Order: sequence, then C-alpha cells, then structure tokens
Amino acid sequence: MDRGLCFEGVEIRQGGACIVALDAEIAPGEVLTVMGPSGSGKSTLLAFLTGTLARDFEARGRIVLDGRDVTGLPTAERRIGLLFQDDLLFPHLNVGENLAFGLRPGGSRAERRVRVAQALDDVGLAGMADRDPATLSGGQKARVALMRMLLSEPAALLLDEPFSRLDADRRAQVRDLVFGLARARALPVLLVTHDAEDAEAAGGQVLRLG
Amino acid sequence: MALRRPALAWLPALTVLAMLGPVAAGLAGTVAPALGYFPAIGAERLSLAPFEALFGWGGIWRATFLSLTTGIGTTLVSLGLVVLIVAGWSGTRAFVALRTVLSPLLSVPHAAAAFGLAFLIAPSGWIVRALSPWATGWERPPDLLIVQDPYGLALMAGLIVKEVPFLLLMTLAALGQSNGARAVTVAQTLGYGRVRGWLLTVFPQIYAQIRLPVYVVLAYAMSVVDVAIVLGPNTPPTLSVQIVRWMADPDLSMRLVAAAGALWQAVLVLGAILLWRVGEVAAAALGRRWVNAGARGWGEGVLRQAGLWGGMVVVAAVALGLASLAVWSVAGAWRFPEVWPEGLTGRSWMRHGSEVAMTAWETAVIAGVAVLIALVLTVGCLEAEHRYRLRMSGRALTILYLPLIVPQVAFLPGLQTLMLMGGLKSGLWAVVVAHVVFVLPYVFLSLGDPYRAWDPRYATVAAALGAGRERILWRVRLPMLLAPVLTALAVGLAVSVGQYLPTLLIGGGRVQTLTTEAVALASGGDRRAIGVYGLAQTAAALLPFAAAVLIPALVWRNRRGLAHG
Repeated sequence: MDRGLCFEGVEIRQGGACIVALDAEIAPGEVLTVMGPSGSGKSTLLAFLTGTLARDFEARGRIVLDGRDVTGLPTAERRIGLLFQDDLLFPHLNVGENLAFGLRPGGSRAERRVRVAQALDDVGLAGMADRDPATLSGGQKARVALMRMLLSEPAALLLDEPFSRLDADRRAQVRDLVFGLARARALPVLLVTHDAEDAEAAGGQVLRLG
Repeated sequence: MALRRPALAWLPALTVLAMLGPVAAGLAGTVAPALGYFPAIGAERLSLAPFEALFGWGGIWRATFLSLTTGIGTTLVSLGLVVLIVAGWSGTRAFVALRTVLSPLLSVPHAAAAFGLAFLIAPSGWIVRALSPWATGWERPPDLLIVQDPYGLALMAGLIVKEVPFLLLMTLAALGQSNGARAVTVAQTLGYGRVRGWLLTVFPQIYAQIRLPVYVVLAYAMSVVDVAIVLGPNTPPTLSVQIVRWMADPDLSMRLVAAAGALWQAVLVLGAILLWRVGEVAAAALGRRWVNAGARGWGEGVLRQAGLWGGMVVVAAVALGLASLAVWSVAGAWRFPEVWPEGLTGRSWMRHGSEVAMTAWETAVIAGVAVLIALVLTVGCLEAEHRYRLRMSGRALTILYLPLIVPQVAFLPGLQTLMLMGGLKSGLWAVVVAHVVFVLPYVFLSLGDPYRAWDPRYATVAAALGAGRERILWRVRLPMLLAPVLTALAVGLAVSVGQYLPTLLIGGGRVQTLTTEAVALASGGDRRAIGVYGLAQTAAALLPFAAAVLIPALVWRNRRGLAHG
C-alpha cells in the first residue's frame, strides 16, 4: 500500500513480556479504533507511534506512513499529528501564536497571518487570534488544538481519547468535526479510546486490546 | 544536531566536576600541609608537628566543644521548631501567614541577620533600650557579655533564625509529595492530637526526604565563619574563626596549623553527623515504642503554642534586626537609653555611598556570572535528563548536597594553598568559580522539581507539530517555566551575595563584596557603617526575589494559564 498508515509486525515487550502486538493497515480517510481498559497497552502503543517510548521497552516491527518507514525517526520528522484528551495549548502563547507554532514554515508574515485567521474561521472561531487560550471554553480549546495540528500538515492522525474531557453535547460536535476534516484531507486516523460511542462514531474497524 | 547531542550528554559529568572538583582538590590541598608538606615555604618532610601545634593551642578543646554544641544545638532547636510549626498548624490560616513571612527570610544574608540580631540583643541594643531605664534602672549600657558570649548562645540564636526558614521550606517541598493531611486526619479520628498524629505518621516519611538538608544545617552551624565573627565568642574564638586567623597570619608556617585545624573541623563534622545518625535510629525506636504503646499523650495545646510563638519570635528577630540596621544607617546622635535617635540623617549613606556602590557592582558581577554558569549547567543537566530519559538517583542527590555538607572552612584553605602552589592568580574569576560550587546545588534544587513536573506531553505535541528539540526548549519549555527559572536565579544570587569565606580566601583579600566588607566592620563597632553595609547586602539579596515575582506577573499578565506558576 503506497498511501496510508501500516503497522508491520509491531510487537512491544517489557522485561520479556509482550505488552502489545499489532498488524494493521489504515487507508487514507479511514479510522482504526483501538479499545481496551487501562493497562492494556494503549499508551505504550501510542508512545511507540510518537517515538517517545521509555527506554525499558523493546519494540520490533515497522511503522510505514505513505510508503515511508518512520519507525526510527524523531517525533518531529514523522508527520503524525497528535491530539490528547487535554488540549495542551501552549499557555504562554495566544490563540493565533499557538496556530502559527503549528503552521509549517514558509510564506510571508502577512500570508501566515491570513492562514491562521482562515483556520480560525474554518472552525467558527473567527477573530479570536489574540485571545488567551485559558479564557476559551473546553469546546473552543479542542477546536484550536485540532486546527493547530492540521496546520502542521500531518500525514496521519493519532487521537488519544481526545473527546473524553468534553461535555456530552460538545462531544458529538467536536467528534464530527475531527472525523469530517480527517476524511476531507484523506488522512489515516488511529483512535484510542475506551468509549464505545466514540468507536461507533468513527465508523471504521475496531481492535480490542487486553 | 549530531554535534550538540554529545555535548549535552556530557553536561551532567561537567556539572559534577564543577561542584566536586574544587571540594576534592581543596580537601587534598588541606591534607598535605596538615601533614607538614608545604614546599612553598620549604616544608617538605611529613610530620605531625602541625597537629601538635593545633592541640597545643590553648583554646582547642573549648573550640571543639563549642563547635559540637553549636552545631547540634542549632540543628535540634531549628528542626524541633519547624516540626512544631508544621505539625501543629499546617492547613490553617496562621500557617499560611507564618510561611509567607518566613520565606523571604531565607534570602536575607546570614551576616546581615547576625548583625541585626546583635543590634537587638546587645547591652546597648533595642531590647535593653526599650526596657530602660523604667524597668531595668539602667542609665548606661550594662556590662554584660550578651553578644559573643562564651557559650555561643548568641551564635546559636543567630543561626537558628536563619535555619528555621531553610528547614521549613525544605519540609514544605517534601510535604508536597506526601499524603500528609489525610494521614493526620486518620490519626485524629483514632484519638491522637494534631502534633502527635503528625509526628507519628507523617514525620518519618518527611524526615527521610529532609535528612540531607538537616545535615547541611548541622555542618554549617558547626563551622560557620561570618556569623561566628559577629555573634560568636572572641577569646578564644570558634575553631573556624581561628582557622581563618591562622590563614591570614603573615607567618606562612601558620598555614600548616590552619590546615591541621581544617582537617580537625572536617573530622568533627563527620563525627557529629554520625552521632546524629545514631540519634535518628534512637528516635525511630522511641517512636515505634510510642506507636505500640498506643499512648495518645498530653500537652497538645502547649506544643502548638510553642510552635507558633517560636515561629513569630524568629520572624520578629530578623525583621526587627533589619529595621535596627536601617535606623542605625540613618541615625544622627543616639544616646542610651533613647529608643529612637535624636535626628535622622543621610550622612552615613553619603560617606559610604560611593564605596558601597562600587562594592555592590563587584558583588553583582560575581553573583551574576556565577549564577549564569550555574543556570546553564542546571538547565543542561535537566534537559539531558529529559531528552535521554535519564533518572537522577539518590546517589546523585547526595552529590548535589556534598558541597553544602563538607564544611567550607575544611576545603577552602586547601584550595587557596593549591592555587598558591600552582601559581594560580587569586582574584575575581577564581572567586566566581568558587561561588559556583555553592550556588549550583541551590539553583539545581530550586529548579529541579518544577522542571521535572512540567507536562512532557507539551514536548510531544510540539514535536508532533514539527518542532525540533532546541525549538521546544527555547520556545515552549523555558517560557512556560519563566517563573521557576527566575526564582532559581534569585536563589542563586542570594546565595552568592551571602558568601563570605570563598570570597575572602579565594579572592586572596583583593576581592571585596558587600558581605566581606560588612563582616570586616564587625570588630570596629561603627554601627552606622554596619547599618549601611548590612542593609545594602540585604537589598542585594532580596531585590532579585522581588524581580522574580514581578517579572513573570508582568510578562504573562494576559495569560491566565500561567498565573499560578
């Protein structure tokens, strides 16, 4: 497969015991949902994908993204976008600066400003570039975090329980937005969750760990 | 990147070298002359003559005894008071108030606090003035040896008022990592009082974490020089002061005796720490018996009041002492037993102003460079720890405390001797290097916890957005940690400003800071000059703290997410 995210014989061990094993392919625009209780190896798998696996783990297998083996690359060069359950907006930067941090380098200052404003407009946050992220609502923060990630032009998305901190009505709204944008940009998505509703809304194959 | 990676990975080793290198070299440089080897003056035969001279000095046993009593007394009282304050009051409004006023005391230089205390308790000091003549009947200062008493009580008092804030902050830091409040609540529902409940359930965990700081207090109180010059006995002086006198003797052969004394001081500190360790075991056994006996005890109210009043006395002693320095610095004629001078004048400040300004500049240069070096090494170590996912072991923590536990007076003379033998110039830069040894541990201890507590997912998210490691460090991590970085800077500056012995010995008498100048005034008894220098010294240590609070509040005034940090 040329496009998409592939796990080829991935196996992560700690002290000899196998923590998690995965063989899967995620086509562009598709979602693979990984479910399981805490302690089932979800976070280990995520750490392996982002390249932040602790030293006492041993990992085998390859992660191939759009035909590129990214297994040994530093996090910054993988082009895998990340959303955590916390928005993790940088508290010292305003909303616009957070987005500009994500935006790929290049373009004049004016062009970059336009792209940031456009991104805010896309998710119904027009004119909020100068706001302190701490003053936004939970749903607004989630949308800023999403756009910050998309502006970095990732080739795949990794979602770590990204909706679990949102209240019920915001939740469906943000979820639809995330999956909609991922599909529109033909990004393969790996969703890690313990919420069956999220898995259902994702609509792809579901893999259970543990 | 390929080049930078090994450089950063080497930084922890370099940091250890910067801290322990001078200590080890200094100890080595002490041992040789103590055994009679000092080629610079033609002494090349090993002998025990220096020790014979040391033990032939009339004051040696008195000084030895004094070092032990001052050290153990100061540590017991300071630790006891901190325990009573925390056990009896943590979680109350009184506690928050007490902590707020005690914390800034930490940065007041020892010498300034000592002078302030001397101005308060001396026969012609504020306390006697306030009571005279109506209560005491004294028309002139009584002929009492209160300050510089032969038992070292004033010296102990001067140390306690500075060590209580230190141990309190260390205890609070340790408390943050334990489940103290809940354990005490459980003990209280079982019928134990607050203080005893805390002592039996929380203290054992806390003590394990503050053991090294307690040893620092013990070693420091046994061997301090500047506070002993101001408040300690004079004839004979403490061992540490006598060592410095021998070092300053024009007769270079006295340096052999000084080295023997320094080694003896190191042995005494080591012995006292071992003795304290035995005491720890005994106290633990006693505590266990207490638990098994199930005794609920008595006197809760008394213990709590003792803690509160003790804390307030400490605060009052330092605050009134500094106020007394301030009043003396602007006092015109001031006769006994008047509580207030007849007039206020700027004459003392004008007379010493230009010299104070010059000395303050030199103080600032030394402190600034030393702290900058310490900060670069500290951030480098912590960043290496983060990037290469290293863990700092308990042994590494001991290394951090080592320069604070080995008495300064035990290795600085040796370091000076080595520099002399190696033909190295004493002076400003050597002083800076010596200051780094003492500044670095405090900067590291101050920044370590907040640096490690930073949520590493910010780094992961930033990396996933394509940011490299340097960009994450400079654009995300350090800006977010602005407040703790500035606090660490302020701590480092205060430590450097307060240093006396390294400046004196390594500077070879040619480097003057506000602290060395202030202490040099001690024997002269010019209270107005002492007031000026003591106040300038305190300001030099306190102003950076004010800046550390104000700058982040200004820079991040529109960032609510950083308001608490």
